[in-house]
Amino acid sequence: MSAPVSSRTAPSRLRRIEPAALGAVVFREATMFRRYWRSTTFSSVVEPTIYLLAFGFGFGSLVARVAGYDYIDFVGTGIVATAVLFGSAFPGMFGTFIKRVFQKTYDAVLATPVDTEELVAAEALWIALRSGVLGVVPMLVAIAFGLQPSWGMLLVPLIGALTGFGFAAFGIWVSGIVPSIDSFGYVISAVVTPLFLVAGTFFPIDGLPGWASTAALLNPLYHCVELVRSAVFGFSLLTDLGHVAALAVFGVVMWLLAVRRLRARLVL
Amino acid sequence: MPATPAPSTTAPPDGTASLGLSLRGVVKTFGALRAVDGLDLDVRAGTCLGLLGPNGAGKSTTMRLLTAQAVADEGTIEVLGFPVPEQSKQARAQMGVVPQQDNLDIELTVRQNLQVFARLYRLPRAGRNAAVERALEVAQLTGRADTRVDDLSGGMRRRLLIARALVHRPRLVLLDEPTVGLDPQVRQELWALVDALRSEGVTVLMSTHYIEEAERLADDVAVMSAGRVIAFGTPTALTVEHAGSRVLEVYGPPSRLLEVERVAAAAGLPTRRTGPAVAVLRAEAAPAAVTDALPDAVVRPSTLEDVFVLLTGEKVE
Repeated sequence: MSAPVSSRTAPSRLRRIEPAALGAVVFREATMFRRYWRSTTFSSVVEPTIYLLAFGFGFGSLVARVAGYDYIDFVGTGIVATAVLFGSAFPGMFGTFIKRVFQKTYDAVLATPVDTEELVAAEALWIALRSGVLGVVPMLVAIAFGLQPSWGMLLVPLIGALTGFGFAAFGIWVSGIVPSIDSFGYVISAVVTPLFLVAGTFFPIDGLPGWASTAALLNPLYHCVELVRSAVFGFSLLTDLGHVAALAVFGVVMWLLAVRRLRARLVL
Repeated sequence: MPATPAPSTTAPPDGTASLGLSLRGVVKTFGALRAVDGLDLDVRAGTCLGLLGPNGAGKSTTMRLLTAQAVADEGTIEVLGFPVPEQSKQARAQMGVVPQQDNLDIELTVRQNLQVFARLYRLPRAGRNAAVERALEVAQLTGRADTRVDDLSGGMRRRLLIARALVHRPRLVLLDEPTVGLDPQVRQELWALVDALRSEGVTVLMSTHYIEEAERLADDVAVMSAGRVIAFGTPTALTVEHAGSRVLEVYGPPSRLLEVERVAAAAGLPTRRTGPAVAVLRAEAAPAAVTDALPDAVVRPSTLEDVFVLLTGEKVE
């Protein structure tokens, strides 16, 4: 054993939230992603695309225009939010649970100079980046079927990432609450599915009863749908800033909840 | 977790570091269970301390307290001079942890696992590859660097866990049951690794319930039971203090063993059962009445195992 095994090196400064810590956790995720990107990408892209084709051409043959848009345009933009939701909430829930409970990955990470805040932020950030990119795919499919390209579409990955951060943190929070991996079924049925259906993706929310229409305004996915449509068809500055603010608040609140819950699980 | 103010150097705040770590009056409860119950423990810098105790003695909880993965209800903890959990992040930057449970990324290669931890430990970009290569060499895994962890043997995975904890050249290494479940040959390999750490001046805290491991590697041994240290010292001093220098061992049927225990008790000598035998400790102080009554006894030197069983009442693995 010729190599020296120790020395006296250490980082000179350690703050509460460090970009280097976030980068290290994201690097781990990216390295892992190279192993399983095909299956993840397939499930994140194909499902929303099937929804797009089914609703766009199935339902679209009955309804030509909705809320002033061709139905394929209406759904083709709205379905981005669905792809973001699926691509962020599910990895947040399942991936985090598996890493914490079965693989004990987080025990290994927290034994290094990384704190729970950084761990949660980095996990959510990575999922957000991924879902922001994958969320664009159904829109590209819609373009193939007649959606007109626009420069605003370049902002759609950012909108997806902003939304994805909140839903990834939501998933991480939930993963710290449920007693077993089977319990995610309750969350998916009772929370994720309603969010997905009542977001203005497939039909305008102003056609809902008053209370449901109001409740839909609290749905972060609705704000994502509206922002994507604005990016594609034209912004309305104040309204869209409101959507951005809603998504930002959602992201921060979910991150705080996720940190609190995961710390309770990881730090005894 | 509270904010972690940063010292500008790699040295601990007091600059002395005569102690690698120190625990004073530490209590950690889980509901009604006092897993750690008023623990006082010092580990001198540059030495290896063996934390010896039966399952449930509080060894793993103590390890978690040192990395702030558990927070003490009472008491104070300092690791490398940094108060924990307040400045745990600074301490963790200079320590490596080898967990009892394998938590490697099994889908990644050996090298990728080390690359991830080189980043987690904030090694500068320029030094990362060299650090990974050095860790591979230390763990004798250079030839398997591009093998997926999934395809490694149990011993290789253990070596990788140690390499992962050493990639940033820590000042303190925590080894939680490092050789549990491994065959003797692999255990010897890992002991050589720990020996190398000691020779480099690294402070090592190693929990184990293998007596031989503690005797072989530890400068000092702390015997834990029910969440506290019940004996502390060098293996030799502990053995002499609690078991004397010699032991009389008598093999026989249960009735004979009971008789030997009665004779020893009458002379005030401690005994312990070891399967088909009973050992009479402190045999050097045995009066003639005892030695005369035990003509069938075998004399052997006392061991740390005698002390462990005497103090904890546990069987030895």
